[in-house]
Amino acid sequence: MNPILNSVQSDAGTETVIEVENVKKQYRLGTIGGGTLKGDIQSWWARIRGKEDPNSKVDAKIYSKNEKFMALDGVSFSVKKGETIGLIGGNGAGKSTLLKLFSRVTAPSEGEIRIKGRVSSMLEVGTGFHPELTGRENVYLNGAILGMKRKEVDERIEDIIEFSECRKFIDTPVKRYSSGMFVKLAFSVAAHLNSDIMLMDEVLAVGDMAFQKKCIDKMVSVARDEGKTIIYVSHNMQTIRQLCSRAIVLRQGKIIFDGDVERGIDIYLRNDEVTAKIFNDYTDCHRFNFLTDKVLMDSLTVLDKENCYYKDDEKVRFKIKMHCNEDVKELSLRFMIHNADQVVMATSACYNFMSCKKGEEFERVFELDITPLASGVYKVLPALFELNELGEVIDCDGVYPGLVFEHAKTTPLNWKSKLYGDTALCDMVCIE
Amino acid sequence: MRKQNSEWTTVIKPKAAWFDINLKEIWHYKDLILMFLKRNFNSAYKQTILGPLWFLINPLLSSSMYTVVFGQIARISTDNVPKFLFYLCSNAAWSYFSSCLSSTASTFTGNAYLFGKVYFPRLVSPITTVIYGMLSFFVQMLLFVVCAFVFAAKGQVIHPNIHMLYIPIMIMQMALLGLGIGIIISSVTTKYRDLTILIGFGLQLWMYGTPVVYPISQVASIAPGFEKLIWLNPVAPIINNFRYAILGCGTFNYSYWGISWIVTAVFLFFGVLIFSRVEKTFMDTV
Repeated sequence: MNPILNSVQSDAGTETVIEVENVKKQYRLGTIGGGTLKGDIQSWWARIRGKEDPNSKVDAKIYSKNEKFMALDGVSFSVKKGETIGLIGGNGAGKSTLLKLFSRVTAPSEGEIRIKGRVSSMLEVGTGFHPELTGRENVYLNGAILGMKRKEVDERIEDIIEFSECRKFIDTPVKRYSSGMFVKLAFSVAAHLNSDIMLMDEVLAVGDMAFQKKCIDKMVSVARDEGKTIIYVSHNMQTIRQLCSRAIVLRQGKIIFDGDVERGIDIYLRNDEVTAKIFNDYTDCHRFNFLTDKVLMDSLTVLDKENCYYKDDEKVRFKIKMHCNEDVKELSLRFMIHNADQVVMATSACYNFMSCKKGEEFERVFELDITPLASGVYKVLPALFELNELGEVIDCDGVYPGLVFEHAKTTPLNWKSKLYGDTALCDMVCIE
Repeated sequence: MRKQNSEWTTVIKPKAAWFDINLKEIWHYKDLILMFLKRNFNSAYKQTILGPLWFLINPLLSSSMYTVVFGQIARISTDNVPKFLFYLCSNAAWSYFSSCLSSTASTFTGNAYLFGKVYFPRLVSPITTVIYGMLSFFVQMLLFVVCAFVFAAKGQVIHPNIHMLYIPIMIMQMALLGLGIGIIISSVTTKYRDLTILIGFGLQLWMYGTPVVYPISQVASIAPGFEKLIWLNPVAPIINNFRYAILGCGTFNYSYWGISWIVTAVFLFFGVLIFSRVEKTFMDTV
């Protein structure tokens, strides 16, 4: 079974099971202490007299300690039965707060959430596990906490133990478990629950790779075959890709994107980074301190184009301005091309293109063929380097991201990097 | 999209109605109450040698101590009832009440790790502690019966009477009163921890204000008029009547017991009221 293909093709039902309408959640910043009581009484007294709450003004200096903070700021969306939704966003974007609202751990400050069916949450692995109880007892306890009847657990206990791979240790107190076993057992309970909507917050982060894959396969089949709705929060984009059929991107308590998973991940990852520019100034860029700084780049300019959008076999031409701080005999340049996930996809180099003396300034024009790259947005780390007597690379200078460009490639295959990879090799030839 | 609310199983709104306790839902979670009881029982005496025997040792030791300190040294009268039985009986009742109150009082702060992760009706956990307390109460009463026979064999007979029929009501009242006051404290402590500090020695002081180690007749004979004040303590009539029903000492008082019931009802009402307000959002302040 290929989970990737499955998640792509799983089509959701038509029945709406969750409706979120303009939900807001407000938190109070600062500590709660005697001052809070004073503030509470003031607010309460003002309300009784029908006056404005003196503490509602965020900028009131005396109460700046108790500022209000919007963790969720007007979020609305609806979810259909059988959808697997990935919630993505940076830390503090409001993902976990949203899940907490769904699981009724806390209530929203404004708005309404309507849910159809039973919700089970796995907000953290192993909550509700009691260290002194055995694995089996904990399965029952955990099931009960998640709202299952004893009979329902009885029916599933064998499946749960089987899936958890902990049969040998099931009658040992869980305080003796390794953290991996703990996670496996906890996940098994949650995955076998008799619920309609599952909430999961970073639960797959622990556990070995084999078990992670097993969990994702299980989740995918649960969503597709049993029609369960899954809301999944993770910072691991790979698992989001494998599991989810739809992505919702949050940023500072607001939804900034809702739809296709790949697009969502792109939007999240490119969040606050430089956009594609023709002229890239390097004079004030952050540089790593292991560089020798013998030659420094001042700028990189893209030539013959008005934007950084390349089609098919268009070549990237650019001019680099640099200045020399120390004599260099044989200077080389390499382009390390990263994809949106910040992984190096390919590298191209130009060896020994010049030598220079201290104090000199240069401009050089390069041409790069990017045809093997699949469609997508790429970020380049240009680096100047020399090779020492032993053939080792000594880096002089490097800037990341030194250039951002987009490549669009038309192939008869309708190339998707998710399915076919990030490199489109030259077409095969039938030779016999 | 306009849809009838009845179509949805759950509607999550910012502020709940003032009295929003879903008893049906609590019934649905009865298995959880059972599991919690089992967990409390199993984990309380794990890795101890004597195990559940501690249920017996605890009251035996404290009743013996009371007999020595209050009976022999302070020479407080116990209305002609064997001192040990008197203290065993009072202690069982009082410790049930105080354990209900103190463990309910720490519901939110003690279970924050669990409440913060999953939803289940929050009242489940105070209800569990009240039932769990009953367990140790019954064990103590069993112990009392055994001791009573031992004393009877030695010729020191007690006089249980028809008022024993009231005992279930008394137990319920102690549970409700402890629950009521406890959940008020636990609701307030989610934000202000001051009451947690008070509760430890507050209960100690309260015990001395309750006729636990002395009969109420003793107060009347030493400081006439002062006993009226003691009677107003909602726990005093319960303990007094409980002792009358089992030991046959003192008098059975209906009027102060009535007042005590009113106080219980008021505390319980406000307790559940505040609890239902706090339970939705306490995670933000705890």
